[in-house]
This record gives sequence, structure tokens and C-alpha cells, in this order.
Amino acid sequence: MPVNASAKGKQYPPFEYEVGKEKIREYALAVGEDNRVYFDRAAAKAAGLRDIPAPPMFAVVYSAGAMAPAILDPEVGINFALMVHGGQEFSWGEPVCSGDAITTVAECKDIYEKDGKGFYVFESVSTNQDGQEVVRATWTNIVRGV
Amino acid sequence: MNVGDSIPELRVTPDRFLPHRYAGASGDFNPIHIDKEFATQVGLPGNILHGLYGMALVARANAAAAGGDPRSLKRLSVQFRGMGLPEQEIVVSGTVSEVDGETTKVDTVAEQSGNQIIKNAVAELRPV
Repeated sequence: MPVNASAKGKQYPPFEYEVGKEKIREYALAVGEDNRVYFDRAAAKAAGLRDIPAPPMFAVVYSAGAMAPAILDPEVGINFALMVHGGQEFSWGEPVCSGDAITTVAECKDIYEKDGKGFYVFESVSTNQDGQEVVRATWTNIVRGV
Repeated sequence: MNVGDSIPELRVTPDRFLPHRYAGASGDFNPIHIDKEFATQVGLPGNILHGLYGMALVARANAAAAGGDPRSLKRLSVQFRGMGLPEQEIVVSGTVSEVDGETTKVDTVAEQSGNQIIKNAVAELRPV
């Protein structure tokens, strides 16, 4: 059965996430970060950061609320039983720090079929409260046996 | 760093409760990561690590190679391949493939028990 690409180009509502120091700590501990800047405001400021920074991959935390409606969209029609996360890309801009309000917008960029697999490609762009881009991401999900 | 240089290896053995802590930290509670019984019922060898946890290790290894500052990571792209499991050592290694002005590119892989769990990872580092 060919993939249905009708959702290509569809955009989803912005999602705002307020970044907090304790959530950064929880995430940093889970992934084994040991740089003091993630735990100690004085160390972060001494390093020239506005406040405690989020580790780069914390992008998944503030993007999740924007990505979930896109990936779960029935019009996109991903078969979750056969889905794997195929690839991921992030480009980082202005650092994200505790106290920031990050707004993420997701878009379904492409849906196509290759070698009997369905490829579902999403892009998300996250900006901070000053309108600076903090991350741009490409999320590729692959569905086996479409 | 010069072309051909290796970045310091990162070796991590996630304990059996790591997927639960990562689920809480990230918000991804897919049962394939935290419920061994469910995971084996759907044909997996056990509850598997989150792919984005593996990517976080790749990010850590590259940022560490650039001095550890979060601002040093400019871009990271990865492909997820084999499944990672708790309680087995993960080794992240990388080699500088290109130096272009202030940007250093590092080709990186994450392996576990001889299987690549993240491959074709390319990190771009910048001076802070």
C-alpha cells in the first residue's frame, strides 16, 4: 500500500515550554552530564552564560509538546507498531537557559516511500522569548512494510 | 583538533534503571523502554534504551572534546541503528573529518557489544 503524502507541508500549533533549573538538573543527571554549569548558577555565570544552560540535547524536552501532535496526527497516519526512529538532526543557535520560554513549531516536511519503507520527515523550529532561534531539528521516522 | 585526530572515547554502562530515569527526564514513557515484559512480547530482546539517550551520549562526547561547553555543539545529525540495551557498556568514538574555518566536523559512532547503535553521526563543533 503506497504511503499517503497528503499531510506534507502541514504545520502544527506552536507549543511553549518554560525552562527550569531543576528540570535541567534531572535531565543532565539522566544523561550523565557532569559539567558544573548545568548544576551551579555561579559556575554558569562565570562561564559567561545568562543562567544555568540546558544541555544541547535538552532540545527533545522542550520540543516534545510540539512534536507529539505532528507525529500522532491521523492524517500523517504513522503505523506505530512498525515505526522506528530512523534519524535525527539538531542545529543549535542561541543557548537555552533556565528561565527561558521556548516556543516550538513543527511541520510535516516530507512523506515518501523507499525500498518498501515509509519515511516521515518532520522539522521543528524553536525560538526563545526574544525571538532568537535556539534550535532547528529534523526528525525522521521510518515505518517498515508500508 | 586536526583532520584524522580522534576525540577522547566516552564509555558508559547504563544501569538497569537508566531507561526509567531517562523516561522521566525526557517524557518518553514508551513501554518498549521501561517494561521488559512488554518489550519481549513485541519481539525485542528486552527493554531497550531510548535512541535519543544514545544521541545525548554522542553529544556529550563531542562537546567534551571541544572543552565541555554546551555552546560548542553547533550541529549534530545521527542515524539510529541497532538497539541499545541497559547493563552493557556503550563506547562513543569519533574522528575529525574536516576543519573548515572555525567549524570542526567529527564523524562519530556509538557501539555496544560490537553493534553500532548510532552510526553516521556527524557533529559540528565551534569554539566558544
